[in-house]
Amino acid sequence: MLLPLAYLLIRATGAGAAALDVLFNSRTLRVLINSVAITATVTTLAALWGVPLAWLTTRTDLPGRKIWTALVVLPLVIPSYVGGFALVASLGPKGMLQEALAPLGVERLPEIYGFVGATYALLLFTYPYLVLTVRAGLQRMDPSLEEAARGLGYSPWQTFWRVTLPALRPSLAAGALLVALYTLSDFGAVSLLRFNSFTRAIYIQYQSSFDRSAAAVLSLVLVTMTILVLVAERRTQGRARYHRLSGGVGRKSRPVRLGRWKWPALAFCAFVVTAALIAPFTVVLIWFARGVIAGETFAPMWEAAWHSIEAASLAALAAVLLGVPVAYLSVRFPSRFATVVERSAYIGYGLPGIVVALSLVFFGANYLPILYQTLPMLVFAYVVLFMPQALGALRANLLQTSPRLEEAARSLGLNPRRVWVRVNLPLLRPGLWAGAALVFLTTIKELPATLLLAPTGFDTLATQIWSASAEAFFARAAAPALLLLAISALSIFILLSQEE
Amino acid sequence: MSKRHESRVRTRLHTPFLFILFALLATLALTACQPVATESPTSQAEPQPDPEAPSQPEPEDLSAAKLVIYSGRNENLVGPLIEQFEQKSGIEVAVRYGGTAEMAATILEEGKNSPADVFYGQDAGALAALSSAGRFMTLPDDILTRVPGKFRSRQGDWVGTSGRARVVVYNTNHVDEADLPDSIWGFADPAWKGRLGWAPTNGSFQAFVTALRALEGEERAREWLEAMLANEIRSYPKNSAIVEAVGRGEIDAGFVNHYYLLRFLAEQGDDFPARNYYLPAGGAGSLINVAGAGILNTGKHHPAAQAFLEFLLSPAAQGYFAETTNEYPLIEGVSTSDKLPPLEQIKTPDIDLNDLEDLQGTLELLQEVGAFDSM
Repeated sequence: MLLPLAYLLIRATGAGAAALDVLFNSRTLRVLINSVAITATVTTLAALWGVPLAWLTTRTDLPGRKIWTALVVLPLVIPSYVGGFALVASLGPKGMLQEALAPLGVERLPEIYGFVGATYALLLFTYPYLVLTVRAGLQRMDPSLEEAARGLGYSPWQTFWRVTLPALRPSLAAGALLVALYTLSDFGAVSLLRFNSFTRAIYIQYQSSFDRSAAAVLSLVLVTMTILVLVAERRTQGRARYHRLSGGVGRKSRPVRLGRWKWPALAFCAFVVTAALIAPFTVVLIWFARGVIAGETFAPMWEAAWHSIEAASLAALAAVLLGVPVAYLSVRFPSRFATVVERSAYIGYGLPGIVVALSLVFFGANYLPILYQTLPMLVFAYVVLFMPQALGALRANLLQTSPRLEEAARSLGLNPRRVWVRVNLPLLRPGLWAGAALVFLTTIKELPATLLLAPTGFDTLATQIWSASAEAFFARAAAPALLLLAISALSIFILLSQEE
Repeated sequence: MSKRHESRVRTRLHTPFLFILFALLATLALTACQPVATESPTSQAEPQPDPEAPSQPEPEDLSAAKLVIYSGRNENLVGPLIEQFEQKSGIEVAVRYGGTAEMAATILEEGKNSPADVFYGQDAGALAALSSAGRFMTLPDDILTRVPGKFRSRQGDWVGTSGRARVVVYNTNHVDEADLPDSIWGFADPAWKGRLGWAPTNGSFQAFVTALRALEGEERAREWLEAMLANEIRSYPKNSAIVEAVGRGEIDAGFVNHYYLLRFLAEQGDDFPARNYYLPAGGAGSLINVAGAGILNTGKHHPAAQAFLEFLLSPAAQGYFAETTNEYPLIEGVSTSDKLPPLEQIKTPDIDLNDLEDLQGTLELLQEVGAFDSM
């Protein structure tokens, strides 16, 4: 997990005075402030979207809950280099919306470029992280807590604010962390929507001057920011206990009746789905239709689709399997060591994909040539990049599970192995599924590491989409993009059917 | 019965953990002893670049080789061409596609263990970076002399394979061709305020700025960049986004490479309301840049790699560039597509691509004037 950091230190020590100049000039500071501002804004807004959506889809009698759940989670799989482009094409000053409004005399829409547009784009691609983690948290919560609060005279609102929300702190923090670090390290959306973030500054160094030292120095600043975010997240959790102390009840909570609130709730869900899913999807469909009309033929993509599924499934499996011991250690046996191990997994996640990929190119080609450009190496790269997604889900799950159950099982004579199989793993199931799903859905759209580290000739849907859209073959990009959406939708349905 | 069955299933469930633990430990152990294990292959003597390398390798060697190409050029553009090469030569080829800058950075990181035999990139800047890092071998004269001197490396270690022209793309609904200025300086007129677009992070754009510095001097280059910023020029991430924006009418004109427009026209028909404009006064605004290739001196299949470069400079491949990717062929005797004005009609600046090496200087200038901060 610390390989990228080691690589950055090696590269940065080779940096001359010029690279340090890059660090200490006023422009760098301004870009840094930009990144902090967008990270804070996106995370806050994502929580404002994610928490109500999670609550509505787990705890209420919202009509069509299952379908809404799938729809609000699905935007997760839209790669930001496609979603960003679709956003510009649809909502840009002269985009498709303007075309539609032109008969009403709308000549030009207000700018979407810059802070507002980049924030909006990142919000659309990241809020599902919060929906998924908070949902998992809600499902594990003991319904008797809320029932007791109601019984003691709290209104539903008071119950939500004083009981439900505080109990959700681990899941909320886990989701917020994923959103914050994703925002910090994203390149696709900020570049298409023209927001000058820190990641963009790093890319400019690679792209323009091939100066890997300067890029490394800047990346180390990003690592520092990641560490600050991690510390902040840890502070929010404090030393509270999130599992129940006494027996509690194992049944499901009764859904909250929305009554008249059903309509605003439905409108909210519909708005989110339209903005985050239907709008980009429509743009991709238009590209596709335009290609078909122009006589474009679509080469078979089954092999690429299989590669995508294969690599993403292996990554999900590996991330969860590695995540369980790490999460367990950090929750049940908290120590400085356990914390450092667990937190170090986030370093890779907070760095731009290209930096992590190049660091593994460096170590792989020079120190592990047998594995270089093989599938195991690619899967390892995915784990370095995305393990925190599994880790967060598992940790939140463990925090809400009482260690007493495990202790009781031990005292009743089960050996430690059987305790894992019969007690711990079944209790961890929601976290395992949520973690694996997050890693799967994020990996399947990953680009820089796939391009640099996959076995030569190992095409995936993501590389096909990129390859076509990079050279403005939008119609050719549309077909694999639609297939990617279909596969992801299917996996989300499988995930949801596991919840019951 | 169910009980026994259950316990078997559960034991099986358990094994992955042990396996993973073992795998982890094994990885750790491997990582710990790597440096020792890998010193030996890297200490092998490098094959020195050999200027007298035979240009006609023996055919027997070639079919056994598996040539590895790192291509910064897009699969949609050159994939079919590389297939043609495989069929004609009988050489098996493995291609790794990616961005030109990323592929160059990858080769630099891989160092002497790079599996790549050939680097095929889409701008001279990346080729020059690998050349100055000493990663290319010298090419035989037979390959080099097929293209004019200004489109290949002065050290003779990379060669341009196809040309692309800098042009202005403009919206035909908003601008009359007759109203377009003669040179890039005409766009400094305040009449263009808020109507222009550029891609400051793009390699071709930076090559153009480097040419401007080389041709007209540092101060003039700064003056032009500042005039563009004063005109509130809009930044795009890449050329295709500029053409898109011009087509939508978000901006009226933009500085791009010539071939993106032709792809939009092919996909969206001739109604797409944008056209290319070749600046009649020439200068840096009409720079011809190249896509090109070099052979890695750490590669293991030099004869096959040379065969590939020879193929790229053959009439068949040059014809493919002219007709399929809408680029300019660089060898004599292959004519330009009739969709493009011929190279001789473009007033290209009298500049050698080798004089565009100072990318760092361009980057600093762009940073100083605030080109990357412009939205």
